[in-house]
Amino acid sequence: MEFNYSEEQLALQDTLQRFISRDYDFGKRRRFSASPLGYSAEAWNQYAELGLLALPFPEEYGGLGGTGVDVMVVMEQFGQGLLLEPFLSTVVACGGLVRDAASDALKQKLLPQIAAGKLKLSLAAYEAAGRYDLSYVATAASESGGNWRLSGRKTVVLDGASADYFLVSARSSGKVGDRDGISLFLVPHDATGLTIAAYPTQSGARAADLLLEDVAVGGEALIGEPGRALSLIERAVDRAVAALCAEAVGIINALNQATLNYLKTRKQFGVAIGTFQALKHKMADMLIAAEQARSMAIIAAVHADSNDAADRHRAVSAAKAYIGQAGRLVGQHAVQLHGGMGVVDELIVSHYFKRLTMIDLSLGDADYHLASFSDTLRPAS
Amino acid sequence: MDLKYNSEEQKFRAEVRAFFDAELPTDIRTKLQLGKRISKDDMVRWQKILFRRGWGAPNWPKSFGGTGWDIVQQHIFEEERADACAPGQNPFSLKMLAPVMQTFGNAAQQEYFLPRILSGEDWWCQGYSEPGSGSDLASLRTSAVRQGDHYIVSGQKTWNTLGQYADWIFCLVRTSTEGRQQQGISFLLIDMKSPGITVRPIIMLDGEHEINDIFFDNVKVPVQNLIGEENKGWTYAKFLLTHERSGNAGVGICKRALKKLKEIAAEQMSNGRPLIEDSRFRDRIAQVEMELMALEITNLRVLSATAKEQRALGPEVSVLKIKGSEIIQQLAELKMHALGHDALPYVREALDMDWVGNPLLGAHYRSYAPPISGQYFNQRKTTIYAGSTEIQKNIISQMILGL
Repeated sequence: MEFNYSEEQLALQDTLQRFISRDYDFGKRRRFSASPLGYSAEAWNQYAELGLLALPFPEEYGGLGGTGVDVMVVMEQFGQGLLLEPFLSTVVACGGLVRDAASDALKQKLLPQIAAGKLKLSLAAYEAAGRYDLSYVATAASESGGNWRLSGRKTVVLDGASADYFLVSARSSGKVGDRDGISLFLVPHDATGLTIAAYPTQSGARAADLLLEDVAVGGEALIGEPGRALSLIERAVDRAVAALCAEAVGIINALNQATLNYLKTRKQFGVAIGTFQALKHKMADMLIAAEQARSMAIIAAVHADSNDAADRHRAVSAAKAYIGQAGRLVGQHAVQLHGGMGVVDELIVSHYFKRLTMIDLSLGDADYHLASFSDTLRPAS
Repeated sequence: MDLKYNSEEQKFRAEVRAFFDAELPTDIRTKLQLGKRISKDDMVRWQKILFRRGWGAPNWPKSFGGTGWDIVQQHIFEEERADACAPGQNPFSLKMLAPVMQTFGNAAQQEYFLPRILSGEDWWCQGYSEPGSGSDLASLRTSAVRQGDHYIVSGQKTWNTLGQYADWIFCLVRTSTEGRQQQGISFLLIDMKSPGITVRPIIMLDGEHEINDIFFDNVKVPVQNLIGEENKGWTYAKFLLTHERSGNAGVGICKRALKKLKEIAAEQMSNGRPLIEDSRFRDRIAQVEMELMALEITNLRVLSATAKEQRALGPEVSVLKIKGSEIIQQLAELKMHALGHDALPYVREALDMDWVGNPLLGAHYRSYAPPISGQYFNQRKTTIYAGSTEIQKNIISQMILGL
């Protein structure tokens, strides 16, 4: 057993920390978020140079062969710095899916381009009426002569505004809610019949709804076998969930640090407010939540690459549910302890709080993952 | 980062499990499985069995006759112990007094007392709290006045656990009223057979005799029973409390209780279906299991970091104490709620081994039911003893956060 990052991982962490303090302070982050792109193209190029965008890919495709724990290192810093770039969508979720399931030709085409920072992908797997259920796929895929036509709607596609390609789940057989019959397609952003309705998110990034009206793609756009994509998508989402857990832990630590500093410097009644027991105990609860959340993020990270789907999903769901709850506690306490300063846009605290809150609501909230974990406790019948 | 047990550790687990299978007396195992009362004799018998195997002190270094196990090995041992339904060992001697004696005691004390603890010869209890000194422990008033080669001890200790069995008690006593109250405390070892000691039972809310008041009326204690220096006892007391709290995480016991809870929830019926199929109840189990998953890793992270850096346990054990005590309470509460109506009967004699059932209670009243409500009531102590949750939060905010 080992509970610490390796030397290489600590070096990566250090690099990212230096990058954030030099090129990504809160003022710059605010400008990147307000720009038309919604993030920094410059930063994205730097990630490519640092090798971040090649991290989880096999070496034969120009990757570094990194693990779920390597991704945890990166995502913790994405939380700490509130980084906006589409690393989660492009590299962790979609890049991982391509790595796992795409044909060799497609891997050769996509992975080196992703690694070089020249290609961005987003996962379009959710539909409005399905909430967080990945098997709720009404978008239809019909085949004719080896080509496919896709029609339907996809909702809140993370980082969808800047994606070059989408990985779209669509039903090629069966009915809505069936595990079988879901296929996955690579759809270029400029495909005829695809409408992208982009908007900013509460945490300053960008997302989009997709309308697919008889979008035509060739047979080479199919990823994996027709009708068998759900387990691939679930695996990619589990990995992305583990990454979000790590991002949340980065934010929780940053919020705790900011709040602790505030308690030590803000004076009322002639003394630092951190001398009041009502506030001390809230801060102690925040520290406990941070330690427990970190343990859960570690559990998620070490399970993220597992091929045992049930074991992986169980661990990742427990972590996401727990961290959703812990993040809510820390976020709400941090705002409360900052008093009026917690509810203004000017301080980074409210931005951490908003991102932490949106992480809970992304890829399954605490209730969804609690139910998912709870269902694994039923005795096998 | 890696959460897998290596092959050495897996081998170790198999060895421990095989030992419990072969050596844990069936009558003791059955008592623990069914939540029956266990006696001093059961615990001492078990300590002697462990001692013969060389496992008398899982948490001690080899130099004092302990196992020298690392943190992960101790964790595995504790997990297997709880799962096998083996009794816990006396924590007052092994986990509380011994680290103090090994760090601050003199050679004569170490040579006399430690082997007797290991072999199960001496039973120790703790004399810390007093009627007027609970969370404010340093205000304690039991006095020890030096007279020649003796201290004369007078006063009252309370919330003393299992002192009715004890051969010895370690006590915090006041040897000075000068300066800050922490500066006048000493750490004394007192023979329970000394004239002037009276043990009076306190019956707890579950109806059981687990704790006592202990009265000291001019009790003569040889000065060689002083640990370390006079008036430095507060330092040793805090050191001891840190060790006590590190044991309070109780991950192994919580895992066993969780397993039991799931078994009960699968047996108890609700609307003709097993209770565990009711998602409203199952989600409550899931919620505690998540806390426990996190605590297991937090516990190992804290203890292994301490061992790696070769430093003493620090205030971070307060995190473990708070979480561990809350989780064991939640599990006890859920076990009780799983019983529904069957939580109500109070069948005192059902905790004796020879109880054969009560014809007034139907077949629905299962063999696991009798102790469960009492355990819930009893476990309310866990967030109170060894420094209440609120005291732990004070420690975290002062010692870790610097507030």
